[in-house]
Amino acid sequence: MSDLRLELKEKIIKQLNLEDLSVEDIQNDDFLFGDEIGLDSIDALELIVMLEKDFGIKLTDPAQGKEVFTSIETLAQFIEKNA
Amino acid sequence: MKRDWYITSSVKLKKHQIFKDDELIFKTEPHISTQDFLKEAYRFFGINYPKFHKMDVLCKLGMIASCVLKEEYPKDTALVFQNASSSEVSDTQHQESIHNFPSPATFVYTLPNIVMGELSIKHELQSENAFFVAEDFQAQFIQNYTQSLLEQKKASAAICGWLEANLDDYYLFLNYIEPRGMHIFSAETLLEKYTQ
Repeated sequence: MSDLRLELKEKIIKQLNLEDLSVEDIQNDDFLFGDEIGLDSIDALELIVMLEKDFGIKLTDPAQGKEVFTSIETLAQFIEKNA
Repeated sequence: MKRDWYITSSVKLKKHQIFKDDELIFKTEPHISTQDFLKEAYRFFGINYPKFHKMDVLCKLGMIASCVLKEEYPKDTALVFQNASSSEVSDTQHQESIHNFPSPATFVYTLPNIVMGELSIKHELQSENAFFVAEDFQAQFIQNYTQSLLEQKKASAAICGWLEANLDDYYLFLNYIEPRGMHIFSAETLLEKYTQ
């Protein structure tokens, strides 16, 4: 697992208080929103804050967020491209 | 029509201890943090509700208490709560973060009545609710307001009491009120149980 993907999983578990999940429970392609990981709209806002605070990336287009936050893999690719 | 209502169950959370109907049913070491106490209680009572971990301390207190108080509630169970510090803990956290990166997850808890929404979602309540802020527990006022809802058939049962969390401490005292039982629902009984 790449360091960035592992880092993202650790950050998401910590910052979103996903106490019942461990890094091993989140696969790179799991849907973050919906049945698999179960994030909600407030979590989406937290992820936007995390992108800006930890990676210096401002997400300004809401439509873009839907694709970027699909999974750990899409999020990592977006960061690699824009950081 | 004026009739008697009854307190059929009570729960109290204070000093890292949980009492149900005056009996100590759970406690932790007193030196651990309030958050750790609440997390241990969540596990001890087998509450399976992952969203619990995202909640602020006021909501966590209410959630634990409501799960201890009774397993299931009628859909029209009214919620009538009171405290002194409103949502001070979340308000302060939000204020401290506002010049840096405010957290949306903290901001959403900067109102005391959010706890009622969380309890309504968890227990699938579609009911009357009211959260009052006052310096001290006003047993007579809470009793009057709750009884009025019951008598007007706005609710068939109610959870009422005191749900306080501030920067230094917490104190929770909730009661389940319904048409039949042993202990008459009165301001005197409420106050006596609150101060015990």
